[in-house]
Amino acid sequence: MEHEKQGFVSKYVFSYDHKMIGKQYFTLAMSMGFIGGILAVLIRLQLGFPSKPWPFLENLFPVGMASGIMTPEFYVSLFTMHGTIMVFFLLSLLPVSGFGNFLIPLQIGARDMAFPFLNMLSFWTVVPGAIIIIISFFVEGGAAASGWTAYPPLSAIRSAIPGSDLGQTLWLVGMIFFVASFTMGGLNFVVTILNLRTKGLRMMRMPLTTWAQFVVGILGLLSFPALAAGALLLTFDRSLGTSFFLPAGIFIGDTLMPHEGGTPLLWQHLFWFLGHPEVYIIMLPAMGFTSDILATFCRRPIFGYRSMVYAIGAIGTLSFLVWGHHMFVSGMSPFLGSLFVVTTLAIAIPSAVKAFNWLFTIARARIQFTSASLFGLGVVSLFVTGGLTGIFLGTNATDIQLHDTYFVVGHFHFIMAGAGLFGAFGAVYYWYPKMFGRMLSERLGKIHFWITFVAYYAVFFPMHYLGVSGMMRRIYDPNVYEYLQPLQPVNLFITISAFVLFAGQLIFIYNYFASMRTGAPATANPWNAAGLEWSAPAHPGHGNWEGEIPPAHRWPYDYSEPGKKRDFTPQWEA
Amino acid sequence: MSQTAIAQADWGGGASPFGVTWQKMMMWFFIVTDALLFAGLLVSYGVVRIATGDWPTQSEVFSLTYIATMTFVLITSSATMACGVKAAELGRPARAAQFVWLTILGGFIFLGMQAYEWSVFIHEGGGITGNPWGSPTFSQFFFIITGFHGFHVLTGVTVLLVVAIRAAMGRYSPAGVENAGLYWHFVDLVWVFVFALFYLV
Repeated sequence: MEHEKQGFVSKYVFSYDHKMIGKQYFTLAMSMGFIGGILAVLIRLQLGFPSKPWPFLENLFPVGMASGIMTPEFYVSLFTMHGTIMVFFLLSLLPVSGFGNFLIPLQIGARDMAFPFLNMLSFWTVVPGAIIIIISFFVEGGAAASGWTAYPPLSAIRSAIPGSDLGQTLWLVGMIFFVASFTMGGLNFVVTILNLRTKGLRMMRMPLTTWAQFVVGILGLLSFPALAAGALLLTFDRSLGTSFFLPAGIFIGDTLMPHEGGTPLLWQHLFWFLGHPEVYIIMLPAMGFTSDILATFCRRPIFGYRSMVYAIGAIGTLSFLVWGHHMFVSGMSPFLGSLFVVTTLAIAIPSAVKAFNWLFTIARARIQFTSASLFGLGVVSLFVTGGLTGIFLGTNATDIQLHDTYFVVGHFHFIMAGAGLFGAFGAVYYWYPKMFGRMLSERLGKIHFWITFVAYYAVFFPMHYLGVSGMMRRIYDPNVYEYLQPLQPVNLFITISAFVLFAGQLIFIYNYFASMRTGAPATANPWNAAGLEWSAPAHPGHGNWEGEIPPAHRWPYDYSEPGKKRDFTPQWEA
Repeated sequence: MSQTAIAQADWGGGASPFGVTWQKMMMWFFIVTDALLFAGLLVSYGVVRIATGDWPTQSEVFSLTYIATMTFVLITSSATMACGVKAAELGRPARAAQFVWLTILGGFIFLGMQAYEWSVFIHEGGGITGNPWGSPTFSQFFFIITGFHGFHVLTGVTVLLVVAIRAAMGRYSPAGVENAGLYWHFVDLVWVFVFALFYLV
């Protein structure tokens, strides 16, 4: 063995190698996603079979599932933590921190990130955050229960509901760790992409995945400070008795709270100033993966590369001007609301540019149907479905009717959660050979895709009907309202589909871990792809390329050029 | 641009397309992030203040001469910092270290004056849950904004101490002084906004 001597700890635990850090993020994000999925199953269990006893669950949650029946307090904690874990610890960590770390240096021709130590530090900052979030389920009063948006006064007054006490404090602490980690990651991403590109790789030759990660890095740096400022004020409100978010005259039970002078709307503004860019932090990498995957498997140059880059930039810019569309029913001035409608609908333009460019890339192409390309096509499908329902919610006249109903739940599970998740799945199937030097099982991958795709639509499409019928978003038992009782069969159908969806993911987890040892050995460029990352060996070591870093002679989408023998010309060939 | 045009264009690549090191660029991006954190706090203060009727007149609560002196001290420390960065750039480490020590002194004087200001404020009844002058959020924002800024000054002083001690040990780089200087100027600039928006307006 002539390898550089590395102990277990420096190789697998406190590694400086961007690829190992990326994989560590994968492991963390997949574990958190698995937990988030279990929470979703529990939520659907209650909605499909309201207040039915499940005695075996009492062992796991003796308070929340006392004698097997879910308490309303526990239900509220479940959807709060489901949202928090999925949005921040799965959908942000997997595509951004995981794939960003893994792919950026490989795609731009760098040996590592600009600041490897900061990179390692950012991972080990988010780990305690994740642990604290999980621990909060087992403390007195249970986990946070004010929704993933943590609106005051529920989140600001410790005695408001059981979850407002220690659970909410741990939620805040966990989020502060997350923001710190994400800021370190964002600094690294932006600086690495600007400063460490290989010879010849101008910005307009970068793969769209790297472009997306670049804009995501900037979005994170500009939006998370708002949440950090809000979290700071909220911590003071909770711990020191200040009233930043609390007006006078709040009663908890029969007790008048001593606060006065603040306004809960302030939190909503600060939160959504982060919250909306956060949606694009999740979406943009998925869009980048989809572009790279579709180009490779359609054997076509991506259609309208330049407009794709501009669309990413436009979406990133507009994402800072639309946060008010989450607050149409908060009593904002109708004039201000109309402004937010205009900016919101303006985002439809760059989004449609992306969707049509994908369609033109696919159109009349001889598509190779691999697991990766299926998930890429899935992203396009979910993105269009979710985008269309977004028009109803982005217009204040219809949103006032649909606000806080299951229509919203259906919408964002398509556009943000679904497209983000499918993009991440596609990316795993596509780049797995580079990650572990082995191929994932295509057979299991396709089974996984079809179960996931069909079950995903079965779970979330009917939710639009529930919403239009008036079923509210965070309701514990819809059957308390007579007019919602006829919807119970739909809820049951969704619940069964959700179980299938969850079971389908077990196939993926098995495939991911089993293929590390038993998968077919991969070549350096198994898909005949043109991007720079495929010039590295099948399972690159620290430093990525054994010899010189290859220069970039062209963009990464030279497929099916007329008059050439091969149907692709790699980026690193002159 | 057509794909052939993209393929033909030939940028030289290399380490620094913007002509700066990644360390300096990272400091700039960090400053942007940190500035937005202060922006979040100051905007929150503005929103709450507009929503609250009985905001006290600042000149009746604070001695604005005293606050202006604090501001003067901090701005002066920015000037000594700039001299230190220039001296480092000219390759005069001993001179640079002198100016960094002067800057540290300015930082400590500012922190001391702030500590005294806080003690007077608390002594006169300004507390975290209320104050004798008007809306309770007035004293709350006072503590959180000036406290958060003071924390940044303390961080800056610590960074400068590291730079000065490293310089004394001979482990010295002009780029390191410049990066620390960038952060210090940022902390001073934020104070100008705090002074203008919280004490004067």
